[in-house]
Amino acid sequence: MSTEPAVNITGLVKHYGRTAAVAGLSLRAERAQVTAILGPNGAGKTTTIEICEGYRRPDSGTVRVLGLDPVRDARELRPRVGVMLQSGGIPTSARAGEYLRVMASFYAHPLEPAMLLERLGLTASAQIPFKRMSGGQQQRLSLAAAVIGRPELVFLDEPTAGLDPQARHATWDLITGLRAAGAAVILTTHHMAEAERLADRVAIVDHGALVADGTPAELTGTAGQLRFRAEPGLDTDNLLAALPPGSAAKESPAGHYVVEVHDRVDPQLLAAVTAWCAERGILAQSLRIESRTLEDVFLELTGRELRS
Amino acid sequence: MTQTKAGPAAAAGWPAPAPGAAPLPRMVRAQAALEFRTLLRNGEQLLLVLIIPVLLLAAFSREPLVNFGSGVRRIDFLAPGILALAIMSTAFTSLAIATGFERRYGVLKRLGSTPLRRSGLIAAKTLTVLAVELLQAVVIVAIGLALGWRPHAGGGAVAWALLLVLAGTAAFSGLALLLAGTLRAEATLAAANLVYLVMLGLGGVVFPLTKFPLGAQPVLRLLPAGALSDGLRSVLQHGSGLPVRDLLVLATWAVAGIAVTARAFRWE
Repeated sequence: MSTEPAVNITGLVKHYGRTAAVAGLSLRAERAQVTAILGPNGAGKTTTIEICEGYRRPDSGTVRVLGLDPVRDARELRPRVGVMLQSGGIPTSARAGEYLRVMASFYAHPLEPAMLLERLGLTASAQIPFKRMSGGQQQRLSLAAAVIGRPELVFLDEPTAGLDPQARHATWDLITGLRAAGAAVILTTHHMAEAERLADRVAIVDHGALVADGTPAELTGTAGQLRFRAEPGLDTDNLLAALPPGSAAKESPAGHYVVEVHDRVDPQLLAAVTAWCAERGILAQSLRIESRTLEDVFLELTGRELRS
Repeated sequence: MTQTKAGPAAAAGWPAPAPGAAPLPRMVRAQAALEFRTLLRNGEQLLLVLIIPVLLLAAFSREPLVNFGSGVRRIDFLAPGILALAIMSTAFTSLAIATGFERRYGVLKRLGSTPLRRSGLIAAKTLTVLAVELLQAVVIVAIGLALGWRPHAGGGAVAWALLLVLAGTAAFSGLALLLAGTLRAEATLAAANLVYLVMLGLGGVVFPLTKFPLGAQPVLRLLPAGALSDGLRSVLQHGSGLPVRDLLVLATWAVAGIAVTARAFRWE
């Protein structure tokens, strides 16, 4: 097997009309790893994935998938790459089992359709036409179709959107299974916990460009947080003065306080905060110690404004 | 930094990647069989391609609803027209509607990332249309014969009729894909049904073209429905040789339709 990365994108630019959907994105995804692409709505995730899948041509920049050009080498890539679109793609009156058997017949060494239906909890729905399946069943069938040809690389565009917890876990198991078997998986998601749990590497994209990239641990860092609730309007500058140097304290939203340190929260910090509260007769409620989550990092990098 | 992401249950025995495309004939057969089955399962499509033609054949052959001319047996006039209608309902209306909704629901897009190439998909659709037409022909011919139809059925007549049907199928399919590949699915649905009704009225299916004003007749024979019904009637009712003009009309529509469609078709 060649040593080319699963996906290698350099300086990708794509406009729709005058709007830049992707504006100079560079991204690399390794083989046999799960790479999660995170970003607010409209960040350019789907456009980027669809360019990798060969559906759209880049305006400029280079995109290599398994070392090949997704448009020029489409014929060679199609059997090697599995695709799950964000929605649809399955004939509405085809039954789940029937559809998977047809998809299996497109590949040289497909997975057994019955096994896939079983793994994804669709055995009982095998005779139901696509249009009468629930949203979650449709998602799982679409996922099954993406992997039935035993691809080296799978693109999953929001594979767990709208799934119930059982279906989400089945999907996660399938993704980790694929990775363990040596396939590369590239997925987009809005669930930070999902990315943290599944991904070897996370790429955060905003306004069509990469804003951060690394393992989940690299991105969240070692920084710790101490959170508590109390009456609104406490003097956080005064609190900060009582804490070890390098700490930060803020109130956000009103009545919710966060103390952040670069390293893990230690017993001394906890003692300093509770002592400060005790001196002022403040009862700190719901006090908890956390490490920074991927969601914190994501919101820091992409802001809190709502996106269209 | 090494991380173990795989849960114990998940990692157990997932098969390693083994990519590869199946041989093209296997892909085309599987896709065509799926399209054939889903079409016959769809009530509206079945109504269009089988039930309406059979009802028209039965109704107009029993009752003197239309005067086809003196000395003409109604069924001998009707059966070729109904065959033309059946071809049009499958190769035009049904194909346009099915493809329009496949495009709308991303089915064509999704197929674009499988090893089934576009040429393979077009081959599968052609096979599907021909299989449905064969089914229609068997049913309509059987019912026609039961109703007393006595067509000219020598080797020449059958060969010319088949040639006309193939040319008509190509002409209608090109136009169907042009609608499906350029309009929204709802607009395709409306346009395909409207054209079906207009062709039912003006295409010489149950109303003879000779009933229309003299000035309109040559124009109606230049439309694919008129050319197909006129050609089939020449061969099967009157026992003519190859109706060259009708065949040329159909071939021209086929070449023009397919050429325009190849340029204008949008896959998503």
